Amino acid sequence: MTHPFLALTESDREEMLRTIGVASVGELFRDVPEGVRFGRELDLEPALSEQEVYAHVAELAERNADASRELSFLGAGMYDHYVPAVVDAILQRGELLTAYTPYQPEMSQGVLQAIFEYQTAICELTGMDVSNASGYDGTSVAADACYIAKHATGRGKVVVTEATNPQVRQVVKTYAAGFGLETVEVQHRDGVTDLDEVERAAADAAAVIFQQPNFFGCLEPAPELVARAADAGALPVAHVDLLSLGVLEAPARYGAAIALGEGQPAGNFPSFGGPHYGFLAAREEFIRRMPGRIVGETLDTAGERGYVLTLQTREQHIRREKATSNITTNQTLLALGGLVYLTWLGPQGLRELGETCLSLAAHAKQRLEERAGLEPVFADQPTFKEFAVRVGRNAREVVAAARERGVHPGYALGRDYEGMDDVLLVAVTERRTPEEIDRLADVLAEVAR
Amino acid sequence: MKLIYEKSQAGRRASAVPRHDELPRPEVPEELRRSELPRLPEVPEFELVRHFTELSTRNFGVDTGFYPLGSCTMKYNPRINERLAALPGFARLHPLQEEDGAQGALELMWRLQEILAEVTGLDAVSLQPAAGSQGELTGLLLVRAYFAARGEAEQRRKVVIPDTAHGTNPASVTMAGYELTPVRTDARGNIDVDDLRGKVDEHTAALMLTNPSTLGLFDENIEEIERIFNGAGALMYYDGANLNAVCGISRPGDMGFDIVHINLHKTFSQPHGGGGPGGGPVAVRGILEPFLPVPAIVRREEGGFGLDFDRPQTIGKVRGFAGPFGVFVRSYAYIRMWGPRLREMSEAAVLNANYVLARLKGAYDLPFDRLCTHEFVLSAKTLKREHGCTALDVAKRLMDYGFHPPTIYFPLIVPEALMVEPTETEAKETLDAFCDAMLAIAREAAEEPELLKEAPHHRPVRRLDEVRAVKRPVVKYGFGEHPVTKGEAKAVVTEAPQGV
Repeated sequence: MTHPFLALTESDREEMLRTIGVASVGELFRDVPEGVRFGRELDLEPALSEQEVYAHVAELAERNADASRELSFLGAGMYDHYVPAVVDAILQRGELLTAYTPYQPEMSQGVLQAIFEYQTAICELTGMDVSNASGYDGTSVAADACYIAKHATGRGKVVVTEATNPQVRQVVKTYAAGFGLETVEVQHRDGVTDLDEVERAAADAAAVIFQQPNFFGCLEPAPELVARAADAGALPVAHVDLLSLGVLEAPARYGAAIALGEGQPAGNFPSFGGPHYGFLAAREEFIRRMPGRIVGETLDTAGERGYVLTLQTREQHIRREKATSNITTNQTLLALGGLVYLTWLGPQGLRELGETCLSLAAHAKQRLEERAGLEPVFADQPTFKEFAVRVGRNAREVVAAARERGVHPGYALGRDYEGMDDVLLVAVTERRTPEEIDRLADVLAEVAR
Repeated sequence: MKLIYEKSQAGRRASAVPRHDELPRPEVPEELRRSELPRLPEVPEFELVRHFTELSTRNFGVDTGFYPLGSCTMKYNPRINERLAALPGFARLHPLQEEDGAQGALELMWRLQEILAEVTGLDAVSLQPAAGSQGELTGLLLVRAYFAARGEAEQRRKVVIPDTAHGTNPASVTMAGYELTPVRTDARGNIDVDDLRGKVDEHTAALMLTNPSTLGLFDENIEEIERIFNGAGALMYYDGANLNAVCGISRPGDMGFDIVHINLHKTFSQPHGGGGPGGGPVAVRGILEPFLPVPAIVRREEGGFGLDFDRPQTIGKVRGFAGPFGVFVRSYAYIRMWGPRLREMSEAAVLNANYVLARLKGAYDLPFDRLCTHEFVLSAKTLKREHGCTALDVAKRLMDYGFHPPTIYFPLIVPEALMVEPTETEAKETLDAFCDAMLAIAREAAEEPELLKEAPHHRPVRRLDEVRAVKRPVVKYGFGEHPVTKGEAKAVVTEAPQGV
C-alpha cells in the first residue's frame, strides 16, 4: 500500500528511474560503500494509521496529571496562565506554521513583519532598544547574555545570584565552560540578594545576572542591585517575567543593560517544558553583539516598506567561527504566540493581569496563614505571584499528600536549596479563584505540619 | 500593510481579565513600580484576527506550495501531530510535575529515545537540545568532557571540519572553546583524504561531518575516514541535518560516528514555524553516555519511567527541563506512522532528488556529476558569465512561477550555488512543474534577462534594500518618531548564503 505521506505511483517511479538512467531505486545508493549499508529492517513497531496513532498517543496523554485534572499551584518558572483561543487559531495558520526561517523576504513578509512587531513589544515591555527574534528558552538566553558581556567587557567571570532560577544557573554554567568563563554565585539574605556581596563579586565580572521577581517570588531591590553591578563595571542582566511588567518597572528604566527571560507565561502552554520562547533585549550599544535573528525595516525597489533579516554579519551562516552565536533555528512560532497574546492583552489588560496576580497571591498568603497556620518564609519581602511558606514537614511529602486530594500545592524548594526541605513555593495566577485558594488552604491544613 | 501598532486606538482591547476588587491589593514599593505602561497594541479581538490572518497571506509555507529549500527538508507536516500536541494531558502538563503524574509523557520520551537509538545505530540518547545547533554544542561539550576524563583535555584542542560544512559547525566549535581545522573537498565531492591525513593527529579531538554532505553526496571514503580518526584516538560527530537521505539505509553509528544530532524539525516533521521551534536530540555511543545532560529519562527497574539527575560526570544542562516536549509528541507520532517503512521515506526523497537533477543538469552547471542523495547542488555560473543572471536572480524569478526558491550561495565552495531538496513529499507533477519553471528561467536568462533581474513581479513586495537595513537599523516601531516609510527605489541584496 502506498504510504499516505507519499505520492509516487508505480508508473511514476518507473518513468523517473528511466529519466535518471538507473534500473532500480537500490541503484541510486551505489555510492554508499557496502561496509556501511544497513543490512536489515529497522527494528521499529509496525506502521500505525492516523486513527491508531491518535488512540495510542491520546492514551499516553490520559496518564498525565495536567492542570485540568489537578488544581495546580505549581510554578517555579512555568506558569498556568490562560492562553486565549486566538493564539491557537493564528499559530495553526499553515502559511506561518509550515514556513522556514525567512531567508527569502519576498516569500516571508508575514513572518518578518510579525517578528518586527514582536521585537517592538519586547522593547516596549523591557524599555530596551533592541530585541532579537527569540532564543530557545529562558535558560539559554541567559547563557547568550554571558557571551555578549564577555566580549563587551573583556572580563572572564560572570556572577549569578543564588535566587535566580536553578535551571538558568545550571545552563549558564554549562555554556560558560565552553566560553572560558568562570561562574560565581551570590547568596541571598532573607529571600533577597545580598547587595554587598554583589558589589564584591562584580568587581572583576563581565555580568551580574539576577531575577526579578526572584525564584522565591520575592521582589529584589533591583535599582540598587543594578547600580552596584554597573558601578563595578559589570553588565547588569535582568531575568524578568513579562507578565509582571504591567506593575513592575521596565528593566531599562532602572539601568539594566540586558533584559531577558522565559516567554512561556505570555502566550505558551507549559507543555511539559517546551517548546517555548526565550526573549533577549538590550541597549542599543550591544546591537552588533546580539545573538540570533533580528528583523529590520527597509524599502523595496518600488519604494514601499518591507522587512528583512538584518545585521546578518553577526551570524553563523555568514561569519562561521567568528559568529556571535551558533543559533539558527530559534522559537519564532512560540514568539509569535507571545505577540498574539500580548496584543490580545493590550496595555490595560497587562496591568490588570498583574494586579489580579498581586491580589490573589496576597490573598493566598493570608488564607494559608489563617486557615492552615502556615507562615511565609520571607515575611518582610514584597512578592508578585509566588511566595514561599514553611509547611512544618518535608515539602515533597506534603506535595504527595495534597495531590492525593486533587491539589498540587506547589514546588518543594528543598529540591534545589539546602535547608529548605520544609518550604513550599506557591504560585497563584489569574486562573485561580478565591474559592480554589480556600481549597488549597483546607488541604494544606490537613496535610501540612 | 500597516503594523498592528498603527491600527491601535487608545481604549480598545481584546482581553477581559478576571478582577477581584473585593480583595485587598498590596502596593508595589514605589521604586519598583511601573512608571509608564508599555505601548502594546490596543485592538478589538476581530481586528487582531484579521491582522494576523492578513500577515499569513503574505507568507509561504509547505502548506502553500513546493519549498525545495536545500538542507532544510521542507516536507509535509501532518495535522494529526498538531492535534496530539494540543491534548490537555500534554499541553497543560507542568514540567515539574511529580513522576507519577507524568508517566505518559515520560513513556513517550523514553520510546522516542529508543527509536532514535535504533535509527542512528547508537546506544544512548538525550532529547534535551532545543535545535540542531544546540545539539552540536552539546556534542562538542561531550567531547570535551570525555577527553577531560581521560586526562587529554589540554592535548586535544582541534576539531576538523570540511569546507562544505554548515556555518553552525564552526560557530559551535568556537562556542565550545575548540580550534578549527578546515579540510578540503576533493574532485568527486568527498573529503580530500590526503589533506585529512596530514591534519589529524594526537591534538585532534573530533571530526564534524554531514554525510551525505551539503553537496548531497554520500562520502565514498567514509570507512577510510573512520580508520584515520579511530587511529588517532579522536571522536567522530555526525551532523544529522541530512538524515532524511539514509533512514534504514545506512546508520551513522555503523559508519563509525560516536555522536549524532537529529533535527526533529527536518527529518521527523516538526513544522518549522517560520524559524522554529526545532528539536536537536543527540545520540551517542555507550562510552559517552555518562556525560549526557541531566535529567536522563530512564525506565525504572520497579516499573514505570523517571527522570534521573544522578549523573556525576554530566556536562550539566543546555536548556530547561528535559527538552521541547511538544516537538517530541509530533516526531513520535510521525515516526510511529512510518515504523520500519521509514526506509521508503528516504528512498522516495532520494528518487525525487535524482529525478529533478536528471531533468535540470543540462541547463545548469553541475559541479560534481554523480548520483545525488536527497538533495543536490547546481551552479548558475554559466548563466552569470553569459547573461549576467545570478543564482539570486534565478531564485527571485522562481517566485513568479509560484515556487519557493532553493537555498542559494551555499555550500560556499560552489559559486552561484542553487541547492535543491524536493523531499519525499512531492508528487511527480509538482516536480515536473518545478523543472519546467527552472528550464524556462534558463531560457529567459538568455532571451530576456531583465525578467530575472527585476523579479519577483507578483509578490507582496519587490526586492528589498538590505544595505539600507544594515546602515540605518530600524528594528522596532518608533511610534511618533517612526521614520518615513516611502523612499527612493533601490535594491541592494547581498549574495550570501540564504537557506540552511
